[in-house]
Amino acid sequence: VRRALRWLLPLSAIPVLALLAYGFRTNPRDIPSPLVGRPAAAFRLTSFAGQPIALDALRGRVVVLNFWASWCYPACYEEAPALERSWREWRDRGVTVVGVAIQDTEDKAKKFIEDFGLTFVNAPDATGRVSIDYGVYGVPETFFIDRRGRIRAKHVGPVTDEVFRATVQALLAEPTG
Amino acid sequence: MVPELGQGALLVALALAVYGAAAAAIGGHRARTALVESAQRAAVGVFALVTAAFALLVYAFLRFDFSVRYVANNTNLGTPFYYRITGVWGALEGSIILWGWMLALFTLIVIVRHRERARDLYPWALAVMLGVLSFFLLVMTVAAPPFARLSPVPADGRGLNPLLEDTGMITHPIALYLGFTGFTVPFAFALAALVTGRVGETWITLTRRWTIAAWYFLSLGLLIGGWWSYHVLGWGGYWAWDPVENAAFMPWLTGTALLHSVMIQERRRMLKLWNLALVILTFALTLFGTFLTRSGVIASVHAFTQGAIGVLFLGFLAVVVLTALALLAWRWDALRAQGELDSVVSRESAFLLNNVFLVAAAFTVFFGTVFPLVSEALRGVKVSVGGPFFNQVNVPLFLSLIFLMGVGPLIAWRRASLDNLRRNFVAPVAVGIAAAGLVYAAGVRSTLAALALAVAAFVAATIALDLVRATRARMRLGEGVVTAVRRLVRLHNRRYGGFVVHLGILVIAVGVTGSHAWSVQTEATLKRGEAATLAGYRVRFDGLQAREESNHFKVVGTFTVTDRRARATVLEPSKKFYPQEMSPIAGVDYRLGLVEDLYLVLGDFTRDGNQATIKLQVNRLVSWIWIGGLVLTLGAALAVLPERRRAPA
Repeated sequence: VRRALRWLLPLSAIPVLALLAYGFRTNPRDIPSPLVGRPAAAFRLTSFAGQPIALDALRGRVVVLNFWASWCYPACYEEAPALERSWREWRDRGVTVVGVAIQDTEDKAKKFIEDFGLTFVNAPDATGRVSIDYGVYGVPETFFIDRRGRIRAKHVGPVTDEVFRATVQALLAEPTG
Repeated sequence: MVPELGQGALLVALALAVYGAAAAAIGGHRARTALVESAQRAAVGVFALVTAAFALLVYAFLRFDFSVRYVANNTNLGTPFYYRITGVWGALEGSIILWGWMLALFTLIVIVRHRERARDLYPWALAVMLGVLSFFLLVMTVAAPPFARLSPVPADGRGLNPLLEDTGMITHPIALYLGFTGFTVPFAFALAALVTGRVGETWITLTRRWTIAAWYFLSLGLLIGGWWSYHVLGWGGYWAWDPVENAAFMPWLTGTALLHSVMIQERRRMLKLWNLALVILTFALTLFGTFLTRSGVIASVHAFTQGAIGVLFLGFLAVVVLTALALLAWRWDALRAQGELDSVVSRESAFLLNNVFLVAAAFTVFFGTVFPLVSEALRGVKVSVGGPFFNQVNVPLFLSLIFLMGVGPLIAWRRASLDNLRRNFVAPVAVGIAAAGLVYAAGVRSTLAALALAVAAFVAATIALDLVRATRARMRLGEGVVTAVRRLVRLHNRRYGGFVVHLGILVIAVGVTGSHAWSVQTEATLKRGEAATLAGYRVRFDGLQAREESNHFKVVGTFTVTDRRARATVLEPSKKFYPQEMSPIAGVDYRLGLVEDLYLVLGDFTRDGNQATIKLQVNRLVSWIWIGGLVLTLGAALAVLPERRRAPA
């Protein structure tokens, strides 16, 4: 028995390693936003193309509000194609994607939009007001707003097709009233 | 073209390292010199290739090659020249390549130094070194490729994290990584000892100086990190028990334990198993530290990217720990102690106690660091463990450790006689008590501070006593004071190097005690021309200016400070606005002094420049922490000199 006991030495390391492995399933930055469940703050912006955008005017549609910046590698560069794909897929089913470029210069932001061929509406947050209202901590961050104008989910980091689809589907399935 | 060359060099290096590791192991197993020599040549090739890859990465930084993602992420057209070089190791990919380069360099030094001397252990040690190197090359080629391309190529890069634009951040990673990678060498020889069954003292004597050097660089890295935190981050402290700090502190604690416990094995042939376990633990903790900081498993102010790298590191950590511990279990019978503990009152038990406390401290730090994970796994609740927990548990441990620092070197081996105790400790204890009295008379009412200073005085007295006594002994043989001290220190460089390191730690302890017990701070909102006062200082707000720097915009406040003796100086704390950062970065201004530092941080201000909020701190004795670091450097340099005499002191 005593000879066998020594093997407890390597075995004792296994629970610790398992705990660390469990760590991959959690996201420490995934801090629940106090804004989730609250009405989304209204905003009025003018897009890079000169078109006015107001959140109030989008009531009745699911709004995906994405904060990004041209200097945000690689996350914003990873999510831009996914956002564009998802927008094309869902635009006719009651979903609007609004991109807000924060802390950016106009020419660099425009080049970013052009490089990725983004067709959803994008606007600069010139005063920083919108990002403060939404408590944006870093880019990219994405808010999912339901048809009644409440923030229902916040996603930190690049949005993937799966995240987009799952969140939007759930919000579209809810009764409008 | 350059990125492809770099990536290619790393791939070939990986192949060579894997081959070398296998060749060295087979060569060691079958006693085939030709194979081991082939592995050596492979190691030289790896070093050359990693050096080339590193140089190519520097070149890409200097040329603003934004087609390389890593370059675009960590530099922009405004980044000054020297930060373009140091920015190379400012983030994950570059720091891994720096790590790999150091490891390759150490492998080369091991070859040069130990090729002839340790014929049994050497091939296996080489195999382990190359094996570890293979892992890091795997990380570089698979999970964190420094030369990965970015498409479309941006017109300008994101820029280096502004907090890293500081000389402290240039040197801190280098020192820290030298420490981390340095522990690979003792680990490699320990593993070689286990594989070959030669678990005697050879691996310890061979790697003694490696351990001291690695320990020293780790200490230096921690101190520079503290200095950076103090003068850059603007919160007025140097240590926050942040997971990343803890990650570097844990191997320091176990490494310190190792430095002491190997002496017992050399002297008394005890603790063989324990020493091997400590080396394994220390090396595993250096990997754990990297895992922690690079995997994103635990949140920290040091935000690094997460991804496949965490999984790779955890996998490697598992392989290392399980293999090493299994080897330990396999060699169990050979690891029985030959000596025995004769008495509780002896140097052995002082050292043992030192080890128990150090490992206990490492364990509490580990526990506090991973507790958020445990909590989330078991209860699904997110918690964070902060300074109070770590301080409460560790302060008593560190005080006891400092006390033992006085006892250990002077108490007799085996069994201390009453006479030995009287001879060595009566005077130092008296000094300690006198110091406590003095501190009390000076008006200090903090028990903890008084205790800390008393213990420090006790230890300093033991060191002085030892030096005076030994010098006198030599002087009786006809040497002058200077010659006696010089010869003493040179002949027993290990012992006196240790003493000087202890003095350095004492000085640091005094700094830590002082800064905790006697620092004061205040906040004030001032209109132009108004002044705030703190601890005899008067700080007047003179105005704000805006400046455009090469890569940021800066608002500088001008404050005239008058001290108790009415001498005036101007401090200019600032707020720096980097286009790539969401929030401004504080630029602290300070006046350092031996007794106290004046530390000024600019907070909010009105746009018209007529009003500003400041945080003003008078931090006491903090400079002694950095001075202690210099003393430590001196001691470590002394201890690492080649020994002139063979037998341990």
